[in-house]
Amino acid sequence: MAKTVGTSVKRVEDPRFLRGQGTYTANLQLPGMTHLAVKRSPHAHAIIKRIDATRALALPGVLGVFTGKDLIEGGCGTLPVGWSVPNQKTPDRHALTPDRVRHVGDGVAAVVAESSYIARDALDLIEVEYETLPLVTDARKAAEPGAPLVHPAIANNISYEWELGDKQACADGLAEAHIVVEQELINTRLVPNAIEPRACVAQWNAPDDQMTIWTTSQNPHPIRVLLSAFTLKIPEHKLRVIAPDVGGGFGSKIFHYPEEVIVPWVSRKINRPVKWVCTRSEAFITDSHGRDHVTVAKMGFKRDGTITGLQVTTWANQGAYLSTFASLIPTILYLGCISGMYKVKGIFGHVFGTLTNTVPVDAVRGAGRPEAAYLVERMIDIGARRLKKDPWEVRHKNFIPASEFPYQTPVAFNYDSGDYHAICDKVATLADLKGMRERQSEARKAGRLVGIGFSTAIEISGYGPSKVVTSIGSALGMWESAALRVYPTGKVTLFTGSHSHGQGHETTFAQIAADELGIAVSDIEVVHGDTGRVQQGVGTFGSRSGTVGGTAVVKAAAKVREKMRRIAAHQLEAAEEDVVFDQSNGTAYVKGSPDKAKTFFEMAFSTFTANQLPAGMEPGLEETAFFDPTGLTAPNSAHIAQVEVDPATGEVEIQRYVAVDDVGNIINPMIVEGQLLGGIVHGVGQALLECARYDSNGQLLSGSMMDYAMPRSNLMPMIEMGRTVTPAPSNPLGVKGAGEMGTIASTPAICNAVMDALQIDHLDMPLTPERIWQALQ
Amino acid sequence: MTHTISLTVNGKAHCSVVEPRLLLVHYLRDILGLTGTNIGCDTSQCGSCTVHMDGEAVKACTVLAVQADGASIKTIEGMAANGSLHPLQEAFREEHGLQCGYCTPGMIMAADALLRRNHKPSEAQIRQELEGNMCRCTGYQNIVKAVQNAALKMA
Repeated sequence: MAKTVGTSVKRVEDPRFLRGQGTYTANLQLPGMTHLAVKRSPHAHAIIKRIDATRALALPGVLGVFTGKDLIEGGCGTLPVGWSVPNQKTPDRHALTPDRVRHVGDGVAAVVAESSYIARDALDLIEVEYETLPLVTDARKAAEPGAPLVHPAIANNISYEWELGDKQACADGLAEAHIVVEQELINTRLVPNAIEPRACVAQWNAPDDQMTIWTTSQNPHPIRVLLSAFTLKIPEHKLRVIAPDVGGGFGSKIFHYPEEVIVPWVSRKINRPVKWVCTRSEAFITDSHGRDHVTVAKMGFKRDGTITGLQVTTWANQGAYLSTFASLIPTILYLGCISGMYKVKGIFGHVFGTLTNTVPVDAVRGAGRPEAAYLVERMIDIGARRLKKDPWEVRHKNFIPASEFPYQTPVAFNYDSGDYHAICDKVATLADLKGMRERQSEARKAGRLVGIGFSTAIEISGYGPSKVVTSIGSALGMWESAALRVYPTGKVTLFTGSHSHGQGHETTFAQIAADELGIAVSDIEVVHGDTGRVQQGVGTFGSRSGTVGGTAVVKAAAKVREKMRRIAAHQLEAAEEDVVFDQSNGTAYVKGSPDKAKTFFEMAFSTFTANQLPAGMEPGLEETAFFDPTGLTAPNSAHIAQVEVDPATGEVEIQRYVAVDDVGNIINPMIVEGQLLGGIVHGVGQALLECARYDSNGQLLSGSMMDYAMPRSNLMPMIEMGRTVTPAPSNPLGVKGAGEMGTIASTPAICNAVMDALQIDHLDMPLTPERIWQALQ
Repeated sequence: MTHTISLTVNGKAHCSVVEPRLLLVHYLRDILGLTGTNIGCDTSQCGSCTVHMDGEAVKACTVLAVQADGASIKTIEGMAANGSLHPLQEAFREEHGLQCGYCTPGMIMAADALLRRNHKPSEAQIRQELEGNMCRCTGYQNIVKAVQNAALKMA
């Protein structure tokens, strides 16, 4: 059996998607299904004076209208957070707000009806009287004295302050600099926009007191814990959470959302199944947003380009409430990454997490790490420009040398492995940087605005161990589990706590198990996303599935092999230590005698007949393993973009995009490349197109796909991809995260290219034609 | 107030009584149970709900079921003739033109309409023609390659 890890096995999950047979939550039909819709606030900040549902309840087909008070009286708890930094002030967040609305889209009532059309009609018949209040939407203004308070008990709207690094070392570093570059940077607010809108279906089984919830989640097990312990309060063993096929997540489907409380609560109340499907317009004002930082940064450079220090102050907009992992993102995932790929002694960061009358902000693809890469990579380019040095050379000068790994940064993280000079040389070669520069120079002579932009970026993925992660704020461990059930006929079901919402786990996890057991990928079925079938789990976020979930599979397989080896030894009448399991073909035999091997089928079958097992061995063959990572992996990238700006219109044309990524060993090159490609385009979207913009009334101006510009098929040329490999030492597969890396690196690459084309220090994103044209005037 | 409509969907005749405001996409999904056609937005931007109406690609969220009276509709469920994948479906798998699969049915229906109009589209033409179909996972690159691959298969 040839090894499958490292090969582009075609995806197992594709046929059902290609035939239109995906099992997305919204597709679920249950007998007696009812439909729920949520009445949402049109105001950014207001007191609810009165809710009158009389007319809605009179509409034929309406089964009930419920408010925040009903949910509280009915036993619902507030939505908890999964991350708490020291002295964090966490405001109460109800599934439906009982007294005051704090952002446009805040839910005030839910209606359940016989059809989705009737439910929607009924929304318009619910009368809500509001008394509007002053509001604030900007992260920095929210912290100014006298700003309207989003939650009266939280002074200055500051939920938390957090620092990282060495203040004195940073001051010393800046003092010894030849120049200190100071820049204000806005990292735009993003709407995640997975193409599948969120949805939730719940079915209450009254005789057994059991609740089943189907929800568009990246992590059904933690959602079950939160539902059971905090919000819905149904005992965990009576609660089954299923995240079936999920149409993209990008972070936005990690969190515990209000509708996951409302829908099952109503199902139990009316004793019928209930379905809620988010509309896209609703998604814009309810899905947790991403980024939204205001930053003032100083970076010091010696005359030769050596970076001497970096000082960062950031106001991170957290929105009206803290979403599940809100405070994780601008703290450790952001400030923890501002050393980038560089050796900088003096780093100090200070962040204010502020509350505003906007949609809650949490992880969106990259989550903190893109904000860090954007900051560092923009500052280096500005510094290089001031020093009249090649930004490529300035980067080269400051890289952490390959000989210094594992490398402890001054901002918490210990990078496991990498060769940053090698990855940069590789991308320069692949792009023909020298030729690119020559052609740019010619184009410039002809008056064309051609720019070349670089970025290098690290990601922190698959972080652990749980003991460390919980000590800095996590409410959950960062392990993952896998179970292998070997059937009597030698076929296998693999149960993983990781969740696939596009990543292709049904293929890659089967590849891992196939190689570990020496059987065919087609003999393994991967089950994920169902607390009723999968033992335990944490889920998929932070590019952790391969590193943590994949390693759990390796560990479970080792247990299966060990039991099989003992069975073979018994049956071959050999000492256990003399018998080997051959992973190339799934057999076990006495060393040197492969001709007398026990086959995978024979060993599996004997756990079923149970008549030829070693003394004391239990029948059956099912092994579970939990893996708690010992550290983290630090995938890294070097990207080069070439753009041309049209001076007449300000439009940016991306002419070339060359990306080299080091994500360690690769399980499936096709899938990894696909994730990197998608990630790159996501990040380019932020650079050029995407921006969630609020007006002074707290209305989301870019609140639909007509107004919020998404990357489309004609945005990019064919991306040129390359790879370097430094295997991750912290997991047996040697893999690093890949799902977010492209996004982290691509935003600064494009921005730097545009600034190079325009020959200016800085423009804030998105780099729209209008903004560029204005800058050119 | 209701209307009676008669139409064929994937070659099968249907006669239904519908509200005049019922969208074609809801008719297909909720009345006929053809949930392969997905809904990704409410402003006719994302293209997830693309189906064929009398051979033309339309966004089924922007067509009323009553407007489909007398029409022939084809959805993703009608693409795999006799159980074997359509060349476009095969090409999407070969080129890894899908990840979460949610935009895929609409993307394939739009690409099929394109390839019937233009047997040998250039990369630029493919990128231009698929501009009405959004994908957040793939960055489009492998979708473009899949359409190129399918064009060769279908030539």
